[in-house]
This record gives sequence, C-alpha cells and structure tokens, in this order.
Amino acid sequence: MDVESLYQDIILDHYKHPRGRSLIDEPSGESHQVNPTCGDEVTVQVSLDDDGRLVIGYEGQGCSISQASASVMSEMVSGAAPADADTVRQAFVELMHSKGAADPDEEVLGDGIAFVGVAKYPARIKCALLPWMALQDAEAKAGIGPDQEGTSTS
Amino acid sequence: MLLPLDVDRIRKDFPILQRTVRGEKPLVYLDSAATSQKPTSVLDAERAFYETANAGVHRGAHQLAEEATDAYESARRRIAGFVGAETDDIVFTKNATESLNLVAYAFSNATAKAAHGAEVDPRFVLAPGDSIVVTQMEHHANLVPWQEVCAKTGATLRWIGVSDDGRLELDDLDSLIDDTTRVVSVVHQSNILGTVNPVRRIMDRAHAVGALGVVDACQSIPHAPVDVSALGADLVGWSGHKMLGPTGIGMLWGRPEVLAAMPPFITGGSMIETVFMEHSTYAAPPKRFEAGSPMVAQAVGLAAAVDYLTELGMDRVEAHEHALTGYALERLADLRGVRIIGPMTNEDRGGAVSFVVEGLHPHDVGQFLDDRGVAVRVGHHCAWPTCRRFGVPATTRLSTYVYNDTSDIDVAIEGILAAQNFFGV
Ligand SMILES: Cc1ncc(COP(=O)(O)O)c(C=O)c1O
Repeated sequence: MDVESLYQDIILDHYKHPRGRSLIDEPSGESHQVNPTCGDEVTVQVSLDDDGRLVIGYEGQGCSISQASASVMSEMVSGAAPADADTVRQAFVELMHSKGAADPDEEVLGDGIAFVGVAKYPARIKCALLPWMALQDAEAKAGIGPDQEGTSTS
Repeated sequence: MLLPLDVDRIRKDFPILQRTVRGEKPLVYLDSAATSQKPTSVLDAERAFYETANAGVHRGAHQLAEEATDAYESARRRIAGFVGAETDDIVFTKNATESLNLVAYAFSNATAKAAHGAEVDPRFVLAPGDSIVVTQMEHHANLVPWQEVCAKTGATLRWIGVSDDGRLELDDLDSLIDDTTRVVSVVHQSNILGTVNPVRRIMDRAHAVGALGVVDACQSIPHAPVDVSALGADLVGWSGHKMLGPTGIGMLWGRPEVLAAMPPFITGGSMIETVFMEHSTYAAPPKRFEAGSPMVAQAVGLAAAVDYLTELGMDRVEAHEHALTGYALERLADLRGVRIIGPMTNEDRGGAVSFVVEGLHPHDVGQFLDDRGVAVRVGHHCAWPTCRRFGVPATTRLSTYVYNDTSDIDVAIEGILAAQNFFGV
C-alpha cells in the first residue's frame, strides 16, 4: 500500500509521542500558523539562551503530518545556533519540493528524512511545512536571523 | 439494496468515472458536494456550441451572433424551467459565491449611494441598529459577504444557532428576527451537516417583519426538485458545477420586483441602457447584473445538464440519494469510534455526511480513503464556524449523487477501518 510510504514509522512515532511539546516562558518571538484548508494549527515560540542557542516551545493540533513535523522540528533545532537551524529548515523545505525524488541527508535532517514520502502528496506538503513556517516567522519577530546573534529578552 | 436509479447505466455517461486512481484502483467519487462530475451530453453540448455557433452574444449583426444569442437565451429558458422560474428572473453569475455577493453588495452599494443623496430603494439602505440574520451552518459564501456588509454599514450580524443533532434552533426565531431585521439569508441544505432547513418558515418570519429573504440553494437544487418561487424567498442563489454542469456559471433567481429594485453589482458593458461621460443608466434585470461578455458555453452546457437531470427525474434523484444517505448513516453508526457531525436520522436530510473518527485527524482518514481510490473531502468545508460549534477542527465528508451506489459507501467504510487499524485507534 502506497500510503505506508507516506506514514513511515518515524512519523507515527513523533505523532504519538511528540518531543518537547510545550510552551516556554517569555518567548522573544511567537508565531501561530494555520492551514486554512484543513484547520491544522501550530504555535512556535523562540528565544535564545545565554550561549546564543535556540530555545523552542510549540503546541498545536492537526493531522499526523503537521504534528509529527512540529515534533521533528523541535528536536532538530532546539539548542542549535540560528545559522545551523536555518540550514536544517532550508533542507527540509527543499525536501518538500522534491516531488519525492530526493535522497535526503540524515546528517542534516535527522528524523526529517522520514518526510520524503510526503513530497509526493501535494495536499500534505503544506501540513509538513506548517511548523517550519512558524519557526521562520517566530525568529523574524524575535529579530533572530542566521547572520546575527539576536537578542534574548529573558 | 434496490436503488431508484440505474447506477450502472448512469455511470457509462460519465467518462471520468471510467478512470482509475492511485495505481489501478477504480475511482469512487464521493465528493459531489464540492463539485459534481459531468456527463458526456454536457461536454458535447459545450463542444458543439464552440464548433458551430460561437460568437459574442447580444451584439454583432451576423448570423453566428444570432445563433449564439439564441443558444444563450434558450439555455436561460431551460434552466429557469428546471426550477419553476420565469426566464427573465434568472441572472447568470460566475458561481453561487458571486450570486450571494451580488445580493450583499446591493445593500452596501445602495447604502453608500444613499449617503450621497442618490435615489435608491430604501429596503437596501442599512444603518447602525439594523440587523442581518444568518445561521450557524452557513457556507462562508453566505457568511463573509454579510460580515462585510455589516462592517460597511454598521448593521449587526445575528445568527440562528445549531443544536447538537445538527438542526436549526428555531425556538427563539421570533426574537432573533425582529423589527430591526432587514435581511435574512439562510442555507437550504447544509453542505457540511446535510441538514435540510425549513426555509419557508424562516422566510415567512422575515417577511412578517418586512425583511428581505435570501436562500442559498447550492446543495438543494442539484439533489431534489426545487421550485424557487415556493421557498418563500425574495432571492435564491446556486451554482451550476454542483448539478452536472460546467464550472464558471452560477444563478441568482429573484422576484422580479426585487431584482428591479436592486442596484448593479459589477458594472461595464452589456449591463447599460445609455452611457454619457457623466453618468449612465442601466438595463432591466437580468442584464443589469450581467456585465461584460457572458459565459455562453457554460450556459449551454448547464442547460444540457438540466435536460439530463430532468430525464432522470428529480423525484427519483431525491429518492435515490435518500436511500444512499440512509445506508451511509447506518454503516457509519455501526463503526466504533465514529461520530457523525449532523443529523443522525434521515429526515430532512441530504446526502452530505460528515464524521470524525476518534483518535484520527480527518486529513489522515482522507488519505487512507484516497489510497483506495475513494475521493472525499476533508477539512472545514468552508463552514469553519460550524466546525467550531461542534468542537472539531475539521471533518471527513462523503457526499453522494446520481452515479453512486451502496458499493461506493462500502469501499469508504473499509478505508475508515483500515485507517483505524493502521493507526491503532
Ligand atoms: C451551501 C453552499 N453555499 C455556497 C457554496 C459556494 O459555491 P461556489 O463555490 O460554487 O461559489 C457552496 C459550495 O461550495 C455550498 O455548498
């Protein structure tokens, strides 16, 4: 069954056991994103710790793909330098636009490689990208970019 | 189960139903509430028009222009006849959304013109203190335009609530629709819940307080015999693409006196009477509301669709879908963890059946159905406040039409079971 290539075990595992799913105190930036066609929602919060590394909070509701993607995102970018997080984000976005033909790099994407099958289902790409869009937007609001250090309000 | 329509024969008229999807699976199309499929006769009619009579209508002095105009106006006559209307009381629009906006803009445009001293029919002039009444089960197409009218005029939006079993709460109808109410706009058959509403009663109440009454008949006219003048409404809007016709054409029926009192919506060519540099005067309806080059081929195609439906018999179409809906409700009710969003009983109910599966998001349910070739809709179905009313972010909806039979429902049920099994819920 084709649908099983979409729902790889790693995705199901993140969906059923989301990693680090909670909100943080006094985020420097926060973004709420919705997928208006299906009602998926995710909120991502960011701030920087004393070493200039990302602290991530998130919560949401929606389909297995959007919620597993949020969990993977949190796992991949929590504690990363903003520039490194940006590399992961860009690799993930690229993977989603690969129409399923990519050979994703586990070194960069970690569990994100499990989403390769999602790229074959155009309607689901938006679900997978939702938390990553929220991350980008939350960082922008916090003034955190790949090139600058950013400021932590906490 | 013996169904009123001969589905095997009907399916042969729909080329798209012969294709397979997701590998070699036969297409099981259960998404007709979103848009219906088209029989060969509709496709042929459009093609024949382009091959033999294509020209600009209502302009030009040549034979083709005459034949094109004739095809367009004959289509209007047949479409009007299908809903028991007079030909000139049918306005062609792009879709139901445009029909409803045409009505909403009559109010905001009249209000704006009146503020500058223009002479307009006072029934369309709104002010703070006035109210507009809709229901909690409207498609966004019959909600957002009224929110906009309120924002532009200061009028207040009210709505008739929905009960847990998906019916309108009409006990306080007389206090909701009161002497501040200027327009009442309600859906005849809900696209998300399937509920068929007692629009006559609501329209009568609207008229009792001097309000105008509007009905969104997008989901009723394709599926049951509807005489628009018997709904008790002043204006009725619906789409062609949900009733076997092409995309790009919708209808607005209006009582002639009401249409005549309405200011135009989209303006430009074809809708004028005289034009000077300073000002213009407008044609009588329906032309006043049909600016620009019209959708002639679509009208011709839709006329072929109503011929097809008429041949099947709308009474039989209704009976067929009633039987199928009853079957779907029974089978879904038997499934563990499945909750129907909308009436559980088959009275005053159409063939759009929404449900949620405990522990599964509708998008994931839809994916498993798609994997078996079953096309359903998942999401909020452009009725987001209705989903919120039921505390669900989205639903899975199966919706039937003349080419469906019980085996289609059976495949869908198997898909739901497979999804539950896969996710271990
Ligand atoms: C009840 C109802 N009203 C309005 C609409 C809008 O129709 P359209 O998208 O064709 O304008 C729809 C269809 O989606 C509908 O089901």
